[in-house]
Amino acid sequence: MGYPHYPHERESTVLSRYFGDAEARTLAGWKKRGGYKALDKALGMAPADIVNVIKDSGLRGRGGAGFPTGMKWSFMKPGDGKPHYLCCNADESEPGTFKDRELMRWTPHALVEGCAIAAHAIGAETAYVYIRGEFTEPLYWMDQAVKEAYAAGIIGKNAMGSGKRIDVHVHKGAGAYICGEETALMESLEGRRGNPRIKPPFPAVSGVFGMPTTINNVETLIAAAPILMNGADWYKKMCLSNPKSTGTKLYSVCGNILRPGTYEVVMGFSFREFLYDVCGGPMHGRKFKAVIPGGASVPIQTVEEAEATLMDYEGFVAQGSMLGSGGVIVIDDAQSMVTVIARIARFFAHESCGQCTQCREGTAWTTKIMERIRDGQGTIEDLDTLLDIGEQMTGKTICVLSDSCAVPVVSGIKKFRGEFEALIQGRRFHPVVAAVA
Amino acid sequence: MAEQKMVSLTIEGRSVSVPEGTTLLEAAKTVGILIPHYCYHPGLPVAGVCRMCLVEVEKAPKLAPSCATTVAEGQVVHVHSEKSLDARKGVLEMLLINHPLDCPICDQSGECELQDYTFQEGREDSRYREPKRFNPAEDFGGDVIYVPNRCILCTRCVRFMDDVAHDPALNVSERGDRALIGKFEGKDLTHPWAANVVDLCPVGALLSKDFLNKARAWELDRTASICPNCTQGCNVIMETRENQVVRMRPRPNENVNAFFMCDWGRLNYRWMNEKNRAERPMVRRNNALAVASWEAAISAAARALSGKSVFVAASPMLSNESLYLLTQLMQSGYGAFRVTEGEEAPLPGVKDLALRRERAANVYGAETLGFKKTKDLLADLRQGDVLVIAGENLAGIDASALTRASEVIVISSVLPEAASNASVVLPIANFSEEEGTVTNLRGRVQRFTQARQAPGDTRPSWLVLGDLLGAMGKQASFFLPSEVFARLASSTKAFEGLSYDSLGFKGLPLATARDTGRKTPIAMGAA
Repeated sequence: MGYPHYPHERESTVLSRYFGDAEARTLAGWKKRGGYKALDKALGMAPADIVNVIKDSGLRGRGGAGFPTGMKWSFMKPGDGKPHYLCCNADESEPGTFKDRELMRWTPHALVEGCAIAAHAIGAETAYVYIRGEFTEPLYWMDQAVKEAYAAGIIGKNAMGSGKRIDVHVHKGAGAYICGEETALMESLEGRRGNPRIKPPFPAVSGVFGMPTTINNVETLIAAAPILMNGADWYKKMCLSNPKSTGTKLYSVCGNILRPGTYEVVMGFSFREFLYDVCGGPMHGRKFKAVIPGGASVPIQTVEEAEATLMDYEGFVAQGSMLGSGGVIVIDDAQSMVTVIARIARFFAHESCGQCTQCREGTAWTTKIMERIRDGQGTIEDLDTLLDIGEQMTGKTICVLSDSCAVPVVSGIKKFRGEFEALIQGRRFHPVVAAVA
Repeated sequence: MAEQKMVSLTIEGRSVSVPEGTTLLEAAKTVGILIPHYCYHPGLPVAGVCRMCLVEVEKAPKLAPSCATTVAEGQVVHVHSEKSLDARKGVLEMLLINHPLDCPICDQSGECELQDYTFQEGREDSRYREPKRFNPAEDFGGDVIYVPNRCILCTRCVRFMDDVAHDPALNVSERGDRALIGKFEGKDLTHPWAANVVDLCPVGALLSKDFLNKARAWELDRTASICPNCTQGCNVIMETRENQVVRMRPRPNENVNAFFMCDWGRLNYRWMNEKNRAERPMVRRNNALAVASWEAAISAAARALSGKSVFVAASPMLSNESLYLLTQLMQSGYGAFRVTEGEEAPLPGVKDLALRRERAANVYGAETLGFKKTKDLLADLRQGDVLVIAGENLAGIDASALTRASEVIVISSVLPEAASNASVVLPIANFSEEEGTVTNLRGRVQRFTQARQAPGDTRPSWLVLGDLLGAMGKQASFFLPSEVFARLASSTKAFEGLSYDSLGFKGLPLATARDTGRKTPIAMGAA
């Protein structure tokens, strides 16, 4: 993995400030850059006060669902006599998303600090960082950071001399997409097959080892430190559009775009300017056709929708999609949408845990039909069947993997029906790279 | 028991009031509504994976899995609304896309929940045009064969082995549409209760080797009975085809066996179909046994017994009714029985359920009625006694041991070789051919009924013994086993207050039976 690009002038680098700065990976370097001051401050505060600051800041979950973080932390009732747990979801398995990878590669201590702050706020003594198995480099740096932090007494029996015990364990996953789903992650962490659990009970009631658990994304936890240092108002002010979405957000940009990479912009930034200015626009001679803005499981946007979008939780919804994890996949006019969607469907069929009927059978069935259409063997009835299977796969299963498979297919057929029909009717669309499936 | 809070709700327009914490699916059952389901089973932890039991709950954003949703005050639930029917139709279509549709050669056909619900609510056609998934059948060991192509991955079998048998032998291997039930390496379904997975399987994916290709479900006659193979007294359904017992399956009884029965009991039914039977009454004439009429044989036996000292060697397989009548026959004599023994094999997930060491149905009943349990059956036989052999096969006993008896009367289904010098032989029905009650090791009296017809001139044991007592001038003959039981209940303290009506088909404990303290035996391994 190489070095990140030099930040664009319109980026607001709060979390990504030290990307590429190798010294920031070490404890000494991190401290030199103001690291662990927030934790020191947090350990001097009452847990409820920390939760209130986070609540006031308007920080919302960066993993995809956008649930208010302060409220999530406040579900953990102190003094219930049970051990509390913090889970950090570093599985980052959503296709097109690689922001947490960069965060952990360059600023591992920021995550250790974020975990420790959150653990203190929710009354947990143990934090688990569940890292995706393929992330060998982030895993190495996280291991180093945890070791250093233990050795320096920052975490452990007596975290920073506060008398509080905070343990951080780094757990390596085995590479299943579904283990990024919070309850499947807990099953996997406990040593079982990573199958999502039925909710309720929610993790705040019964999570890891049946105990109250809070689970947060890497980016969410890392954001806690600057909020504590600079105050809720500072964070709240980083907002260009809807006041319900505050702060900065990291986007992983990939696909047919001139400057792919990880970018950090303020909530409410114009998606048009983001794509054309910050990320450099389409490659020479090409035009954008579609954008998947939040990882493979969110609805596909047409380029018109994307250009009208303001980049925050509400803005993406208003333009027919979702912010999701911030994994922006850009598709230009040289691609076949059918090929792209068939490949996405194949991914979900491969990653379905197979518990629920609709998901187990539906993802595989969808893939088979999509690939048949891609290969020019489809019929017009197939499109209705796909839409109907999509309907059956939506909102009926334990977790949302099934919905995630249906979403790109249904939105793709609705927004790019012409391409499907052209393939079906033999007016075959010849994409430049269609053979790469 | 603590006061239970009741919750009232409406299911399909019917008012329901159930204890707090009940699931919608169980609540619906109480008003006679069966919500279609596959993965849910009352004896297993909830999985919530088949998504078949989805119902519409008013004001809820999504359809609710009724097996995993607990009741809430004032809920309005629609089981057959368009939305829920549509969802279930979708599930059925998905379950069938990779199903081989080989009902004509599938053992489960006729008792298959996939057939039933598809017929009830499914589509009449499929829109699936792609090749179907194929996996070869696999021998799971024990009595079980797995046919993965028919499997709907409800995971009932996996949960049974994990949470009830506490012998995790099965798992879900692979994922997505490649998923199938697998065995852990080095494991087989050799647990003594493993064959229950065949009953639990709602489709034809797990099959019994013993029953394989033996009968179609609709050819079977089903009879409520009790497993006679040990003292646990598991409630069973005895299934017969053309008058042959071909299968035994558990019948739910929360006080005895929950939903299960052991493999040994289940597969030990062939003796009921035995061909080597005593079929005609016989009386000894000119030093040889000769076929006689029932009247002649009964009066010959009555003559032999009247005024004599009697020793009864009884079988603990006999019903309470017959054993009671035998005690009347003994007068001042003795009665003894012996029991075959084997290894005890508990089912850990259900309290007080095991394949018991003593392998006979009515050991406790025989003891209650005054028969002596012994290893040496004929030890108490005195010189000159009339020996009555009732149901005993005298296996391992030499004919010379019987010479102490002045006369031998055999009242059995099979004429034991050692008793070939008997003076009278009265052929009786075996366990599967008559009606009666047996008492299990916890003192629970349970009814069993006639599953097959007895061969030849054979008569039920209670009828023969009643007639014999009548011929001896003891008491009037009986016309029904319930009459014998009524006499037993009125004359024996332990059976006081019991009748066939009050027993029903779930049984009741003897007045003297100790309370086992078992209220809810439902197997719940996971909390």
